[in-house]
Amino acid sequence: MPFALLKFGINKNFPFERHADLQAPKALGSSYDVVIIGGGGHGVAAAYYLAKYHGITNVAVLEKGYLGGGNTGRNTAVIRSNYLTPEGVHFYTESVKLFTQLANEFDFNIMYSQRGQLTLAYTDAAVRAFRQRVEVNKHFGGHTELIGPTEIAELIPCLNMHPGQLSVQAGLWHKDGATARHDAVAWGYAKGATQRGVELHQLTEATDFIIKNGKVSGVITNRGTVHCGCVVQAVAGFSSLLAAKAGFRMPIVSYPLQAMVTLPVKPFLGPMVSSPAHHCYVQQTGRGEIVIGGGSDPYPLYSTRSTLDLKESLLASTLEIFPFMANFRLMRQWAGITDMTPDYSPVMGLSPVENYYLDAGWGTWGFKATPICGKTMAQLVASGGKVPELIAPFSMDRFEVFRQVNEMGATAASH
Amino acid sequence: MTKQDQRPMRLNPPAGLLINRSKPVHFAFEGKHYQGLEGDSIASALLANGRWLLSRSFKYHRPRGPLTMAGQDANTLVQVVGEPNVLADREPLTAGLQVRGQNYNGSLDHDKDAVFDRFGRFMPVGFYYRAFFKPTGAWHRWENIIRKKAGLGQADLNFVPQYHDKSYLFYDVVVVGSGPAGLSAALQVADLGGKVLLVEQQPLLGGALSYHRFDLEGSTADQLRLELVRRVTEHEAIDVLLNATCNGWFKDNYLPVIQGNRLYKIRAKECIVASGAFEQHVVFRNNDLPGIVLCSAVSRMMKHYALKPGQRAVVLTGNDEGYMTALDLDDNGIAVAAVIDMRPEPESAALIESLTLRNIPVKSGYVVFNALPGRGKKHVRAVDVRKIIGRGKVADNAEIIDCDLLTMTAGYLPCYQLLCQAGAQLTYDDLAAEFSLTKLPEHVHSAGSVNGIHSLESVLADGKRAAICALGNLQLTTELPGKVHCTRRPNYEWPIFEHPDGKDFVDFDEDLQVQDIVNATRLGYRDIQLVKRFSTVGMGPSQGRHSALPTARLVASVTNRTVSETGVTTARPPFVPEKLAYLAGRNFDPYRRTPMHYRHLQLGARMIPAGNWQRPGFYGLPADRDRCIQDESRQVRTKVGLIDIGTLGGIEVRGPDAAELLNRMYTLAFEKQPVGKTRYAVMTNEQGVVIDDGVCCRISAEHFYVTATTSGVVRVYRDMMKWNAQWRLDVDISNVTSAFTGVNLAGPDARRVLKKIIDDVGLNAASFPYLAYREGRVAGIPARLLRVGFVGELGYEIHVPALYGEALWDAIMEAGSEFAIKPFGVETQRLLRLEKGHFIISQDTDSMSHPGELSLEWAINRKKPFFVGRRSLDVVMARKQTRKLVGFSLPNDRSKPEEGHLVLEGNKISGHVTSCEYSSTIGSIIGMAFVGIRQCTPDTRVPIRVKNGEVVNATVVKLPFFDPENKRQEL
Repeated sequence: MPFALLKFGINKNFPFERHADLQAPKALGSSYDVVIIGGGGHGVAAAYYLAKYHGITNVAVLEKGYLGGGNTGRNTAVIRSNYLTPEGVHFYTESVKLFTQLANEFDFNIMYSQRGQLTLAYTDAAVRAFRQRVEVNKHFGGHTELIGPTEIAELIPCLNMHPGQLSVQAGLWHKDGATARHDAVAWGYAKGATQRGVELHQLTEATDFIIKNGKVSGVITNRGTVHCGCVVQAVAGFSSLLAAKAGFRMPIVSYPLQAMVTLPVKPFLGPMVSSPAHHCYVQQTGRGEIVIGGGSDPYPLYSTRSTLDLKESLLASTLEIFPFMANFRLMRQWAGITDMTPDYSPVMGLSPVENYYLDAGWGTWGFKATPICGKTMAQLVASGGKVPELIAPFSMDRFEVFRQVNEMGATAASH
Repeated sequence: MTKQDQRPMRLNPPAGLLINRSKPVHFAFEGKHYQGLEGDSIASALLANGRWLLSRSFKYHRPRGPLTMAGQDANTLVQVVGEPNVLADREPLTAGLQVRGQNYNGSLDHDKDAVFDRFGRFMPVGFYYRAFFKPTGAWHRWENIIRKKAGLGQADLNFVPQYHDKSYLFYDVVVVGSGPAGLSAALQVADLGGKVLLVEQQPLLGGALSYHRFDLEGSTADQLRLELVRRVTEHEAIDVLLNATCNGWFKDNYLPVIQGNRLYKIRAKECIVASGAFEQHVVFRNNDLPGIVLCSAVSRMMKHYALKPGQRAVVLTGNDEGYMTALDLDDNGIAVAAVIDMRPEPESAALIESLTLRNIPVKSGYVVFNALPGRGKKHVRAVDVRKIIGRGKVADNAEIIDCDLLTMTAGYLPCYQLLCQAGAQLTYDDLAAEFSLTKLPEHVHSAGSVNGIHSLESVLADGKRAAICALGNLQLTTELPGKVHCTRRPNYEWPIFEHPDGKDFVDFDEDLQVQDIVNATRLGYRDIQLVKRFSTVGMGPSQGRHSALPTARLVASVTNRTVSETGVTTARPPFVPEKLAYLAGRNFDPYRRTPMHYRHLQLGARMIPAGNWQRPGFYGLPADRDRCIQDESRQVRTKVGLIDIGTLGGIEVRGPDAAELLNRMYTLAFEKQPVGKTRYAVMTNEQGVVIDDGVCCRISAEHFYVTATTSGVVRVYRDMMKWNAQWRLDVDISNVTSAFTGVNLAGPDARRVLKKIIDDVGLNAASFPYLAYREGRVAGIPARLLRVGFVGELGYEIHVPALYGEALWDAIMEAGSEFAIKPFGVETQRLLRLEKGHFIISQDTDSMSHPGELSLEWAINRKKPFFVGRRSLDVVMARKQTRKLVGFSLPNDRSKPEEGHLVLEGNKISGHVTSCEYSSTIGSIIGMAFVGIRQCTPDTRVPIRVKNGEVVNATVVKLPFFDPENKRQEL
């Protein structure tokens, strides 16, 4: 038993309040230097880095629901950097580096766990695409390799190598693939940010903006008007709706993404397994539950309802890969709203409104970018709008000039 | 007194509604043999043998026994062969069943991990967030240790799935739950002409009528149940599914019902949810000991299974229902040591009187503050009873009452899951201390105790009322639904008695005590969702059925909010944990075979997946791949070959606007395309990216036949339909991919082969030139013939109705035998087309490739006003290009680049190899690759990084590699 736990046992009246992670609700102020809309991982991460590295603490994070209640708490917590484009590989590699240090930085265990991720190829087309990803990753020093059926069978002996009429041809083995407790990431950032003076306001919804001469100077909320020097928008599935309130359109369509979890069983599956051919990925959590996810629903929607059809097809796929799971029991299914861009890369940086910064278009891959995204958004805000090099490729105007950062192939059903 | 001392026994009939006393069933638990009866659940059979300890709790490994007897808690999770996490109180007993406990270290009775129970204070709520991470990377080691302790059952990695399937049903009204409300609703609907399905989770109809006591005499329930069940069973308009669980509510009353090995997917015009209510436990120290059960559970034990659950019972209640349980226990010969009523003043004098007559003492205003375990802590031995002196507070002096059974009820929580999934909202009525459901969506109704209605007459009336609502929507009645009131308030408002030493469980699944919930809020997790996520309350197998209400009360209290404001967490499907096999069903995986599939197998083809089709890759053994491909390609170049192209997409476009539709969908123009001619067709998406290509045949002025790629046709068809929903052109579009099949007959001798089996189409170059389209009969089979040249030889694509595929194949092979015809596969075709420099969409293109990068400028008609992607293309093509798809070659003695390998420019990535193969025809390694724009002129040397980091220098070659004048295909 670690020493850190002794204090709880020794002191029967341990003063939990004094060690609170989150602070009690406060009155909303009338003015802040920075207002961040969206109290998910991204929003609080940006606030944290603003306070930590730039000394900007007069910051309010506005969250319409509860901390981390959107996609931060709904994703399947996959962290990886085995993308296809140089821009993507660079960006996500930085994110993975930050993740490994977060627990000690926060003094709060986010349970970062490097398990490795295996993506399966059943066709020569998939092998081709994987080889390209491996080569790009290696080029930038990443730990990704193409492994054959024998190595795959050794790595995951319980995997069905011949599902239906397919046979596993190869696998994309990403050693750095990891998971973490998604909620804890948001809590850790919130803890660090609020300790440094940032205010987190839950149940506070931005309903409109004060914009004059193309420049934002305030946010109208359900709890009153807040004046501000600048706004950071980090609202994931609702990005296009909030942008509309600020008066501009985004190249984003929002789709529900569903996931599900079984009753816990004793650990048997270390790596995370993903099969794009089956639109399905599977991993076992620290609690022993099997988390199963797949592709987005086929039509745009802002509702987080669950559907039977998706559950049926996703679980049929799961049993193709792991037939013995037929007797596992599904406990819960849920959904999040994903803000998809045409090139499956995010939109970060400036917007058509002055002092209004964008952190959006995170579709199905936002969690893994939380640290680096927060860090670069903080740089952007602190510099008064100088776009950091790392996120320059993700500017919104890339779609107008056809400079997309295409990550479609490296994104589909691979989380 | 411990359970083990007692002779296990069953009560006399009429107790035991579910069991068949004449049919003993033998089974084993933890390796020990037991005997139960037909109709028993695993749990009831074990209880009949005096076995209460069924499982160990998740965190502290405390002994646990049945709590609800209705499959609504995690205490009865056991393991049967091949199956973890089975609910022992739901799972029917079968002969020879091998059952084991789970989540223990050592044995179920002597679990070494029970030591965690003593270290609970070192593990406060969320303790794992506060430790195990120093120094960096430490978690990795700790996780391995902690992970082993997590999880419940053991997976059987060799389990072979059994048969499961699905079925669809359609009803006017589906009634979920066959308690008094459900029975009454079903009868009312059926009597007025509605077709009803009644879904019941238990093996018998009646719900609470089958176990609950509704009156002092204890006779009403049985009489009413027999009468209602008789009427329901005899009613022609009512179908019944027993042992069936409606496990979710999906949009528009789409209801998954699980029964046996089948998932019924049911559409109901109207849905009446009469799902009842969950009885709530009382929170006090050691409230999880085996022998402590809900009142409804003990009633089920007696009435359903004729179990005698103990010798001496204490009843802890916050309402009148507990008195009924006491009467039942007494009737069945179980001594009731006391009824402990938390209310200061019992409401019913008649109840008190009836207990007094039986010498059962009643203590009002008291509560069980602590349950005392027997030896080994495996069963309740006695209870520490104290006077309540304030909300959640008790006096210091205790009275110890011996007992081996404690039954408890603190009231009810509506079984809200299905209704909340349907969009209903839970609101808390502070006066009644009860949640109620509001804002039900249209076509969904609720009836009975789920509505907070508890007296029998009101429940029956409420069933009727819900039925009238549904019937009104179905226009089967004009009667207006009345209002049903019920004044019975069974909920005790604060059944939570925190103990200084804890183990006062709020959530049994997750081993969470009062302090855990309170401390989560003290740490700042004040929102109910945050409390849940931080403490894991409600995240266990029973998903908050018992913990939701006490958690909401506790959080509301410590954060100074109302219970309504605090709320409960979202109800998500499924209702009870469901086996994945039910959802997967027959695992129908639609792989497609062409009509010639078996001919390929006979010829020794190596089949490969292409989209969801199976295609021959080449003919021969996998080890001979390279040789086979070279042989087959030589055959096509020098003689004649035949390939199955039945997977090729086919779309018919007919109507006055057919040409206009194609004009808008594809980049070339089609208005002036002559009848009897084919034309290459390239499709771009709105971003100007090339997404498909094919050949467009004009059959008549208003009739086109367009081919599309094997994997792209579904999307092409869908896009056409989608766009035309907007454009409203006068065309009919149909996907005829599987209606037609086809072959490509190619090679210098192709014409001579075809001539033998066709007589109504002239084949010479003048009458059937390159790129022409003809119709005729090939070997008597009606056929569409396209002279196109994907592989670069004289060739005919022959498309016929799918039915004739095999006959066509046989006829051509026979006609070709004198020319030594041979079949060739997709891999060979890929080499042949590579030699001709034809790209394959998605292999040689990616989701950024625009026509300029593919040198397709010639295939873009810029004169026409519009096609999908036009606007983007104008922008993109005006920009400076950054890369281009080119051909390259390498001497045969170099390392062969593989598809996906990178093309470099300095130390930067400038592109990648898309196709590469050795060509015996050309005599070198040839390929296509995206290269940087400065690398694309012929004869440029481009570095390619191949396997193991080696860099080879390829030479850019002008395409095509073979027959640059295209003479051969135009013969």
